[in-house]
Amino acid sequence: MKKRLTAFLLLAALLCAVLTGCGGGSADQTPAEKDPSTDAAPVANEITVGIANDLDDSLDPHKTVKAGTREVMFNVFEGLVKPTPDGDLTPAIAEDYTVSEDHLTYTFTLREGVKFHNGDPVTAEDVKYSIDRCADDSEGEPLVPAFLIIREVQVVDEKTVTITLTEPSNEFLSYLTAAILPAGYDGQDTAPIGTGPFKFVSRAAQDTIVLEKFDEYWGDPAYLDKVTFKIVENADSLMMSLQSGAIDLCNHLPTTQALQLSDDFYIVEGCMSLVQALYVNNAVAPFDDVRVRQALCYATDRQQIIDLAFDGYGSLVGSSMYPTLGKYFDDSLTDTYTYDTAKAKELLAEAGYPDGFDMTMTVPSNYPQHVDTAEVLAEQYKAVGINVEIIPVEWNSWISDVYVGRQYQTTVVGVDASAMTARAMLERFNSQAGNNFVNYQNDEYDALFQQAITCYDDAEQTALYKQMEKNLADNAANVYIQAPADLVAVRKGLEGFQFYPLYVMDLSTVRFAQ
Amino acid sequence: MKNTRMNGYLKAGLILTGFLTALIILGFFWTPYDPEAMMAGPKLQGPTWQHLMGTDKFGRDIFSRVLQGAGTTFTIAASVVAIGAVCGTAVGALTGYFGGIVDEALMRLNDALTAFPSILLALVIISILGPGSKYNVVLALGLVFIPSFARVTRTAFAALRDVNYVKSARLMGASRRRILLVHILPNTMQVLLPAITIGFNNAVLAEASMSFLGIGVTPPDASLGYMLSEAQGMFIAAPWYAIGTGVTIVLLVFGVGLIGEGLQRRDKEVD
Repeated sequence: MKKRLTAFLLLAALLCAVLTGCGGGSADQTPAEKDPSTDAAPVANEITVGIANDLDDSLDPHKTVKAGTREVMFNVFEGLVKPTPDGDLTPAIAEDYTVSEDHLTYTFTLREGVKFHNGDPVTAEDVKYSIDRCADDSEGEPLVPAFLIIREVQVVDEKTVTITLTEPSNEFLSYLTAAILPAGYDGQDTAPIGTGPFKFVSRAAQDTIVLEKFDEYWGDPAYLDKVTFKIVENADSLMMSLQSGAIDLCNHLPTTQALQLSDDFYIVEGCMSLVQALYVNNAVAPFDDVRVRQALCYATDRQQIIDLAFDGYGSLVGSSMYPTLGKYFDDSLTDTYTYDTAKAKELLAEAGYPDGFDMTMTVPSNYPQHVDTAEVLAEQYKAVGINVEIIPVEWNSWISDVYVGRQYQTTVVGVDASAMTARAMLERFNSQAGNNFVNYQNDEYDALFQQAITCYDDAEQTALYKQMEKNLADNAANVYIQAPADLVAVRKGLEGFQFYPLYVMDLSTVRFAQ
Repeated sequence: MKNTRMNGYLKAGLILTGFLTALIILGFFWTPYDPEAMMAGPKLQGPTWQHLMGTDKFGRDIFSRVLQGAGTTFTIAASVVAIGAVCGTAVGALTGYFGGIVDEALMRLNDALTAFPSILLALVIISILGPGSKYNVVLALGLVFIPSFARVTRTAFAALRDVNYVKSARLMGASRRRILLVHILPNTMQVLLPAITIGFNNAVLAEASMSFLGIGVTPPDASLGYMLSEAQGMFIAAPWYAIGTGVTIVLLVFGVGLIGEGLQRRDKEVD
């Protein structure tokens, strides 16, 4: 009889432990005493980086689909040009290039002394091979869709390549960040060879990826001799690996975890290249009325969202552009709408909803930060009489119902750009765009967009893009909230981590402080 | 035959469950703070006299949310058991009393349903009905709970079909409905009541698991399972969140479990 009671208690306690998951285990884990020897100058010039996902798609840079894989392999590959931390392009494998008067012919002069990781020098043939490979449309869409406009890649001599286009494009150069690979090598899938500051050494599935410094790199060599990427999929284990010293650097850290870090780490705060907003289906009532959308903007206390759902990290935005895209970001739009419930009520009354209305927010349940944001918004909108029903859906239904099917009222997500260009961010809001999932229809915007993509003067084009951003803000296309912070935990003693306005992790500048 | 004597299990269970039920009923009418009001206190604060169970990441009062959440969980569990017990007993009565081909067909279907893990089955049903509604959770779990009740009551009905007082009733010309409802059903209570208490506990945990997985109750509504999943991510920063919520689930399940145990023991003592 006693046995049964004990068994019962045990079972009840167990069930509870199961529900809270592994979180319970970490409570009684005392942080290991720090070994004094690790405080001294590092013996080995190497670090371990924690990443959340295995690189289980192709390691071939032209075929990689996962952002997480691209992020790591950025250290291994380079294109004719490569991105810089401030959002520009700088010549890499090409030393210099010229563009013809009609914007149809690009001539690249290759840099002397660039070598692949297998020791072979990079030749014009390799460049032609790599670009042709990306542009090959014999099996449907080419690997890089933007390369459809390539008419021909010609090898002029050992060090010169020309690319001719069928139509001019002011975005073309940014796609030439596509990796240059040795011609004819077919082992890229598993043993990739590139020209970057690090070379690929090995990958153990679900466990580690090892990169080593490439000694014959043409540019500034990497500081570290070796980087091991350790795959830690579970957020709690990641936290414990950081605390125990198994991991020295980790990016994309959730804010709650950043707050729990020990003194051995410092946080580098960057900005994610995406815009988090309450995206509004502009085609359905009552959101087809600009006054309703503006009212939503006025009823939103963005700072409170950042404080409550993001622990104070994040940068406010006022349109579909994030601050890391430097020259295209217009900070004056950030304060287009300031928190003002009285004004919101007034606008709602004008639009015929003096008592508010009921609305739904569809949120992808695998993104807790978006669900949290929706919860805060729902609470804030009560003040103006809007009653919000939150509908969490799993990611695949979000894609099919909201993004593709456009069957929704509002949704909270972060929208990014496929490339590091203003166009990639703004193109989706032109009325013809296939990915215009908010159904934004504005003639002025469409006209500005046509002007911008056919403009070859950089300053003029930037001005046009800014006008488009202003158009989105003035018409309250969406309730813009913020560009979320990208937090990186770095062990004290390491320095030099740089952010890019792209989803990449550049480790060539990371070093031990001397 | 009837035994109203209390034993220790029953007493303890009734007191614990009574206390919790009283709190839950109180929670329907009054909570110390609005359970959905953000910044009712500083965020992620430990238990204080103002906030008995502390506050969550939005500064909401966890005690108020536990009261409301326990109410949600309790209501869902009770409805699930009601659906399961009523439908299950009906199926059990038909198959147990009449037997034959209907019995074979229904019980094999029953076996097929039991073959799937119940949560998985509920997930499938919810994905068909569409997520994001409390009623769909109740419906899905209710359907999943039918087979176990059907099995238990079928055995009881089959056993009682041929006992003398049922035979006599049949000879006296009592209708089938009267035999099933008046003569047999009250005598199945001995197995049905413990089955209900066990079922209730399973339903509480099933709802908690579903909400924990994010397909049950939708935010900002509170439910114990959903709160527990929120608490998981901050176990180190705010242990009181997981503890307050988890202990409530344990007590709820434990109290009803004690009642079930007590009922079974009481019946054994009589036999």
